[in-house]
Amino acid sequence: MMLKKRIIPCLDVNNGRTVKGINFIDLRDAGDPVELGEAYAKKGADELVYLDISATNENRSTFTELVRSIARHVDIPFTVGGGISTVEDVKPLLEAGADKVSVNSAAVKNPGLIDKLVNAFGSQCIVVAIDARYTGDRWIVHTHGGSKPTDKELFSWAAEVESRGAGEILFTSMDHDGTKKGFAVEALNRLSQEVGIPVIASGGAGEIEHFTEVFTKTPVTAALAASIFHFGEIEIGTLKKELSNKGIAVRL
Amino acid sequence: MKIAIIKYNAGNTQSVINALTRLGIDPILTDDKQEILSADKVIFPGVGEAATTMNHLNELKLAEFIPSLKQPVLGICLGMQLMCRYSEENNTKCMGIFELDVLKFKPLNSEQVPHMGWNTLKNTSSPLLTGLEDEHVYFVHSYYVPLNDNSIATTDYIHPYCSAINKDNFYAVQFHPEKSSIAGARILDNFIKL
Repeated sequence: MMLKKRIIPCLDVNNGRTVKGINFIDLRDAGDPVELGEAYAKKGADELVYLDISATNENRSTFTELVRSIARHVDIPFTVGGGISTVEDVKPLLEAGADKVSVNSAAVKNPGLIDKLVNAFGSQCIVVAIDARYTGDRWIVHTHGGSKPTDKELFSWAAEVESRGAGEILFTSMDHDGTKKGFAVEALNRLSQEVGIPVIASGGAGEIEHFTEVFTKTPVTAALAASIFHFGEIEIGTLKKELSNKGIAVRL
Repeated sequence: MKIAIIKYNAGNTQSVINALTRLGIDPILTDDKQEILSADKVIFPGVGEAATTMNHLNELKLAEFIPSLKQPVLGICLGMQLMCRYSEENNTKCMGIFELDVLKFKPLNSEQVPHMGWNTLKNTSSPLLTGLEDEHVYFVHSYYVPLNDNSIATTDYIHPYCSAINKDNFYAVQFHPEKSSIAGARILDNFIKL
């Protein structure tokens, strides 16, 4: 028996509803985030991620209320993110019952934020999300939902994120996200071998075989997906049974 | 049934409250010693860093108070580590309820630290863990208690280690029952029924 690979549904939340679109355009309604999260937990999801894609100052208290409600109903760990840029942003979310927070753009702009969050709340609850795109010779980190290229390169940024104390890295390949053609296996393999903290694979899941592939060809400890779960293309219980049949250690 | 959750800068108290609420229990969150003494059961949660947290417990005079409790006490995660004698995390002297030392995980191959995610309970041997053999619970920790005589459960990560302990009225678990779905709820229910 050993540590199990985690399956993590990701819920994008816009004004209190779960939504999904390609690159934030053409958002489809995918239901109530609390009910959806509760249903995923019952079906065997190992963790949940909620991203507040409407994150603005006036919406933040609404999202915190939602987090409070999620924490009351969901009995597995969940991460929240979206627009977090200060220690003050994080405190109410953790107090409302979130287990971890994820930071992305703000950490790229101000890497010292990671140290501050780790000192204030501990490594175990700080997830750094990295969105990157392959440019032919390098993986370039992008911010603002993958729209803005930066001068950072994936592997060196991941090493820095780890050395600043982050507890986990959530890597999304912008090239694979939304394609349903499989995860960025090569990059994920290198990334999860180079860092000593858990890596969550994100972007590209379309079929059960894609999960099998990422868990057999890379040491990532978790895989995340959104729309394929929300719209019932892959059922979590079936996915985990299939993974188990392939010899991958999962919690059944 | 009066359940007191010890209030200090422990991080995950809301999750513990929520988990008990789902079981139909209305716990009180308090650092008042009279309130704690009058409770049927006491929960000592913990998330964070050992030295800072021990300092805080010393300031609140909880570090000497908690070991004097007579009713069943359940330590969770860092709570378990602080109930031991010593932690390698910043060289911290802990409460010493258990004559055990807490060590840092050292990867043998490419294992990641923290040990984060779902893992199983083995060698369970206490009413607290009735029905939990081979069940999955959720872990997040970088320090661990080695195998010992107070062990009531073991888990395998890098090597087998002790994931739950008991001595007299003191119980402690390294994982998070409040985040461990149905298995976790069962442990909290077992604790309530002790």
